[in-house]
Amino acid sequence: MTIPQLSLFLENKPGHLNAICRTLAEAQINIVTLSMADTDQFGILRLIISEWEKAQKVLVEKGFVVNVSNVVATEVEDRPGGMAEILDVLESNSINIEYMYAFTFRRGNSAVLVFRFDDTDKAVAALQAAGKNVIGQVELFEGID
Amino acid sequence: MQYEHWNDANSPLHPASAPDFLPDAQRRALQLHRLQRVVKRAYDNVELFRSRMDQKGVKTADIRELKDSAMLPFTVKTDLRDTYPFGLFASKLPDVVRLHASSGTTGKPIVVAYTRGDMEVWTSVMIRTFAACGVRSGDIVQNAYGYGLFTGGLGAHYGAEALGATVIPISGGNSERQIMVMKDFGSTVICATPSYFLHLIEQAAAMGISMQELPIRAGIFGAEPWTEEMRSRIQAESGIQAYDIYGLSEIIGPGVASECSAQCGLHIFEDHFYPEIIDPDTLEVLPDGATGELVLTTLSKEAMPMIRYRTRDITRFITEPCSCGRTIRRIQRVAARSDDMLIIRGVNVFPSQIEEALLRVEGTLPHYQIILTREHDLDQVEVQVEVTSEVFSDRVKAMEDLRKQLGNAIATIIGIRAKVTLVEPLTIQRSQGKAKRVIDNRNK
Repeated sequence: MTIPQLSLFLENKPGHLNAICRTLAEAQINIVTLSMADTDQFGILRLIISEWEKAQKVLVEKGFVVNVSNVVATEVEDRPGGMAEILDVLESNSINIEYMYAFTFRRGNSAVLVFRFDDTDKAVAALQAAGKNVIGQVELFEGID
Repeated sequence: MQYEHWNDANSPLHPASAPDFLPDAQRRALQLHRLQRVVKRAYDNVELFRSRMDQKGVKTADIRELKDSAMLPFTVKTDLRDTYPFGLFASKLPDVVRLHASSGTTGKPIVVAYTRGDMEVWTSVMIRTFAACGVRSGDIVQNAYGYGLFTGGLGAHYGAEALGATVIPISGGNSERQIMVMKDFGSTVICATPSYFLHLIEQAAAMGISMQELPIRAGIFGAEPWTEEMRSRIQAESGIQAYDIYGLSEIIGPGVASECSAQCGLHIFEDHFYPEIIDPDTLEVLPDGATGELVLTTLSKEAMPMIRYRTRDITRFITEPCSCGRTIRRIQRVAARSDDMLIIRGVNVFPSQIEEALLRVEGTLPHYQIILTREHDLDQVEVQVEVTSEVFSDRVKAMEDLRKQLGNAIATIIGIRAKVTLVEPLTIQRSQGKAKRVIDNRNK
């Protein structure tokens, strides 16, 4: 129960992010959400895209380095304490988060937390055992489109 | 001031400089005698020389005059790497009193050895170097060449001490202390790489000290290529006389050639190091005055004789006699090389060494580029490495670790810390599919 995420290496230079967006736009590919990690030297762009295989293909053709990694998306109620409940589950199971970001779902009153774990299987099992809704590809991308 | 001969009553020259003034015929006779002796020594004791001479069908007895040296096979830097560590020694280890090492073309260093006799020769050519640059007994010599495996520090040290100078073995680095010592001890001579001395001039100014007002009057500069423009700048800003010296570990270290008071070309101490200029493509010996690659044969080395060693340094003989009266020939200042070796802060670096470091970390060789700049007169190295999908990670920490690992691997192999920059694929310019490996912006 994971979501494929594309990640790209980016130099911290004007225009570099735009080149990626333009490539996707030309291929009529919509970005569900993204997150950017940056250091003083370079950045790592992470993208959630429903047509991720097509996106990977057009970006690689343009010469970008694109990796695919599996992330975990969890639905969370859009209210105070919603996220804390998820983090409690992870903490009590001693699960380490590599990084995370959030976006809001257009469906109903909920948001989506995206996690990158070092032990993905263990994290998914722990979240599901605690009754949290771990979202699969179908549900996530249907909820968006 | 000029003197007819080294032994003029009024000449302050050290007696060790006598061979600088030998009449040509006498010097050539001495060179031939030594050439025959060293070829025999190399053939009898070193497998590599013996097999190469046998292959060419050259016998030691074939060397009847100096120009017969052209029959002998060449030696190249990779021969030292391939026989690492002691394969080219012509002496048994108990007779070797000193080992030095310098960087090879890839990871392994090259090792050079000296017998007691070699040390005496080395000391004598360094006395002659200092003497030619006007250094005398009574001078205070601040030796800022690095001490250790590098031949520069100890080579200059022994020579200056034997000349009768007072030596300060301060080694390289710690610029503030260099200036303090220069001022408080009253150093009259400094040995350093020219770029480091430029840095010291800046450092002195930053400390509110003008070198013009200090007793320092001469600089013995080597271990890296430099230009007439740099000399003018050094002399104008510090008020010292700046002399160019030349040497390489494979031959002996510093002490192969040196400028004199004329500051116009470097006299080769050719009674010990027999020079030829060859065409690096055809390998033919060129007529005097033509520009080509310098090839040296050590005429008196015992522990590690070198037969026709290809230095890769491009120069020419200056055919006119020198105004200083020395009869040993001069070569022009070395400004170019016939291979891709870089000299960074006085250290020899080959792009292949950087490649080995990248390969060690990444498993396959990424596209890369070496960018050399000079900041505050110190050489800076940046290595740009294209990120491939094999090493790319979506985690920042993994990428920072990669950068650190690359930096450490480079520092381990070349001994200099480079700034590693990760760049996007296909961003390093390629000409005809091949990336330009080195961009040298140091003298711009």
